[in-house]
Amino acid sequence: MLGGFDFDLIWRSLPELAGGLVLTIQLTILTILCGIIVAVPLGVLRASPRKRFYGPIWAYTYFFRGTPMLIQLFLIYYGLAQFKFIRASILWPMLREGYWCCLIAFTLNTAAYTIEIIAGAIRNVPHTDIEAAKSMGMSPWLVMRRITLPIALRIMFPAYTNEVIFILQSTSLASLVTVLDLTGVARVIIARTFSPYEIFITIALIYLGLTYATLWVFRKFEGHLYRHMLSHGSKVTTAPALR
Amino acid sequence: MPTLAFLNLQGYGHLLIEGTVITITVGIAAMVVALGLGIMGALARLSQQRWLRNIGATYATVVRGIPELVLMLIVYYGGTVLLQQLLSLGGQDVRVDINAFLAGTLVLGFVYGAYATEIFRGAFLAIPKGQIEAALAFGMSDNRVFWRIMLPQALRLAIPGLGNLWLTLMKATSITSVIGLTELARQADLIKSPTHQPFTVFFVASLLYLLLTALSDVVRIKADNWASSGFRRS
Repeated sequence: MLGGFDFDLIWRSLPELAGGLVLTIQLTILTILCGIIVAVPLGVLRASPRKRFYGPIWAYTYFFRGTPMLIQLFLIYYGLAQFKFIRASILWPMLREGYWCCLIAFTLNTAAYTIEIIAGAIRNVPHTDIEAAKSMGMSPWLVMRRITLPIALRIMFPAYTNEVIFILQSTSLASLVTVLDLTGVARVIIARTFSPYEIFITIALIYLGLTYATLWVFRKFEGHLYRHMLSHGSKVTTAPALR
Repeated sequence: MPTLAFLNLQGYGHLLIEGTVITITVGIAAMVVALGLGIMGALARLSQQRWLRNIGATYATVVRGIPELVLMLIVYYGGTVLLQQLLSLGGQDVRVDINAFLAGTLVLGFVYGAYATEIFRGAFLAIPKGQIEAALAFGMSDNRVFWRIMLPQALRLAIPGLGNLWLTLMKATSITSVIGLTELARQADLIKSPTHQPFTVFFVASLLYLLLTALSDVVRIKADNWASSGFRRS
């Protein structure tokens, strides 16, 4: 800053940062997809009146929502090595990689939040819609697939958008376990060049752009979800909210 | 008791307790900063002055679009280099160490102040206009209207949102471990090697965070009940 803002350094670092950006986006998308796969069945069970699954799912979401993501990541990345049977298993070459540990930790974390979002949305689907479907003779499975889940999707969409943004920003934690995501690459460049502001401010702007670009895409998709309605005020937040 | 034997930390356990105390301290300090910035940010966003509104809106949107970890690193490492250059201009060549507690508190307060801005904005907007007009009609000054009519009600209306803010902020304090503040996450990171039990250490740390979450939840529910006691629930 006093020695001048080195724009040339930023320009020269862009190819390297682009590699990190790709990894950040990849990690975000994979986490989101794996999170949905885990969360949809568990979210449906969480909202069901059957009590058998209530305890375990509650304990899972309570643990992962009540502890920091950083600790969850370290629990998996550093913690698993404590157990001989894990070190001896065929999965060990994967489980000692920062990248896979991130994917597992982030997935477990986002799934816990998503389960609650889905369960909350399902509980808020109007009873009348479900009763109408039943009275038309639909089976419970058909009601779930054609009525409950599509309506729940619209109800949960704003909250879920926020969750995606949260995961996008949280992938920066991957840099703490040797993953060369956007933040990881930035830290490597800084260790080499000793110019923290240029690089950190650059990646801050990239994250800012990614965040608002994602919000824009989700708002477009929200319009698509409500295309059957003449007018619908967007409920997706204009800026990230608390989780 | 096999479960308790599993949780044995070979005499390092007290460090986790010390870390927990720092976690709570930095959390509360950051919360105070966040509340102050949140109230100021909300007033800026609701101000008559356009430039104040722009500052408030920029603050709230920009800060929420950047990961906390990146902001923490900018302030800590960027700040160190900046101070060093400033001092070397004055002819001094010294190594600067920014206080991790101060940097952590300020960054977390700055980030969560942006979320608090939105919470307080909603709270100020929820106060019926008629009350402010009535207070002005009584001859109260703008200042007095703010302190006697608006702020007390806004605080009460903001309580549910602030409870949620606190829960998120408390978990986010773990990020301060990357700048060397010896809070709970950092202490766990430090003792994982000497104990040779990384899983146990981080598991105990997560239980301590869960305890803080559970305690905060109790306080939050009590505060919510207190805040809504004067209102009729529909």
